[in-house]
Amino acid sequence: MLLALFFSLSSAQAVEPDEMLTDPALEARARAVTRELRCVVCQNQSVDDSDAPLARDIRILVRERIEHGDSDAAARAFVVARYGNYVLLRPPLEGDTLVLWFGPALFLAGGLALAWFYIARLNRSGAAPAALSAAEENAVRRRLDEDTGTR
Amino acid sequence: MTSRWLSTVPLFLLLALAIYFAFGLAQDPRTIHSVLIDKPLPAFDLPVAGAAGARVTNEDLKGRVSLLNVFASWCVSCRAEHPTLLKLTGEKRVAIYGLAWKDKPEDLKAWLEELGDPYTRIADDAAGRTAIDLGVTGAPETFVVDKRGRIRFKQVGVIDEVVWAETIAPLVAKLEAEK
Repeated sequence: MLLALFFSLSSAQAVEPDEMLTDPALEARARAVTRELRCVVCQNQSVDDSDAPLARDIRILVRERIEHGDSDAAARAFVVARYGNYVLLRPPLEGDTLVLWFGPALFLAGGLALAWFYIARLNRSGAAPAALSAAEENAVRRRLDEDTGTR
Repeated sequence: MTSRWLSTVPLFLLLALAIYFAFGLAQDPRTIHSVLIDKPLPAFDLPVAGAAGARVTNEDLKGRVSLLNVFASWCVSCRAEHPTLLKLTGEKRVAIYGLAWKDKPEDLKAWLEELGDPYTRIADDAAGRTAIDLGVTGAPETFVVDKRGRIRFKQVGVIDEVVWAETIAPLVAKLEAEK
């Protein structure tokens, strides 16, 4: 019952009625764009989620751009031109973010490769030792008996 | 013997990563670096706070090195910075333009009367649009603008004696020597 309640909660939003555009299609686009922009004040929230006054300003700005005829990409670019790529919640795929995107996968692959070679090396050098001769076997048994103090 | 050498490779990799991360962790992730460095001051045309009819534009910040200080009467840290700004103006070190960010005229007037007015002129950005054009994320923030009206540095946070002496004063001197 509690679980059902938990999953039925919709995601937070900070958009107020006086910000919303009258055209529902444009409003939906504006929401989508602001959900991808980082609030520069509360930096782990999107502009759509954040209650910060600056987030509200940026929400209104994005709506203005979209009403102006800007595409989603152009509206995003408008904000990025002022605040930089950090304001995009999904970092773009550019020269300096390639490490960010592919680094973890590369490290994992590299680590697995290293592990593979290491284990392969272990298996190769771990050849079974030659069997003991009868004299050596008796010596071992005598030594073992001494240690355990039995027999 | 090569296997012994090879077994130290992960250690060196870890060390290299550790150094790389140490640099990263030493940065303050909340500080967003300005993307406007070396670019011209964004165009603005705003009313002068407290002077009916007068306007101030980005063109006014050309011709000499100046500071554009984003502040507001609701900003608590701005109070801490104010004595330093008054001192700079009093000693005629550099021209300081103010950008009143989302402030009300009566609050602004009261605040300046209480604390003093170090500004050459104050642009009234009541709507906050110019602040967004400047990439402002909070107050106080100060832009160092050169003679050609380009932003050369952005100070995020309070300008105190140390920040002035170590960071901004040398830059201002350098920019004043430029054409």
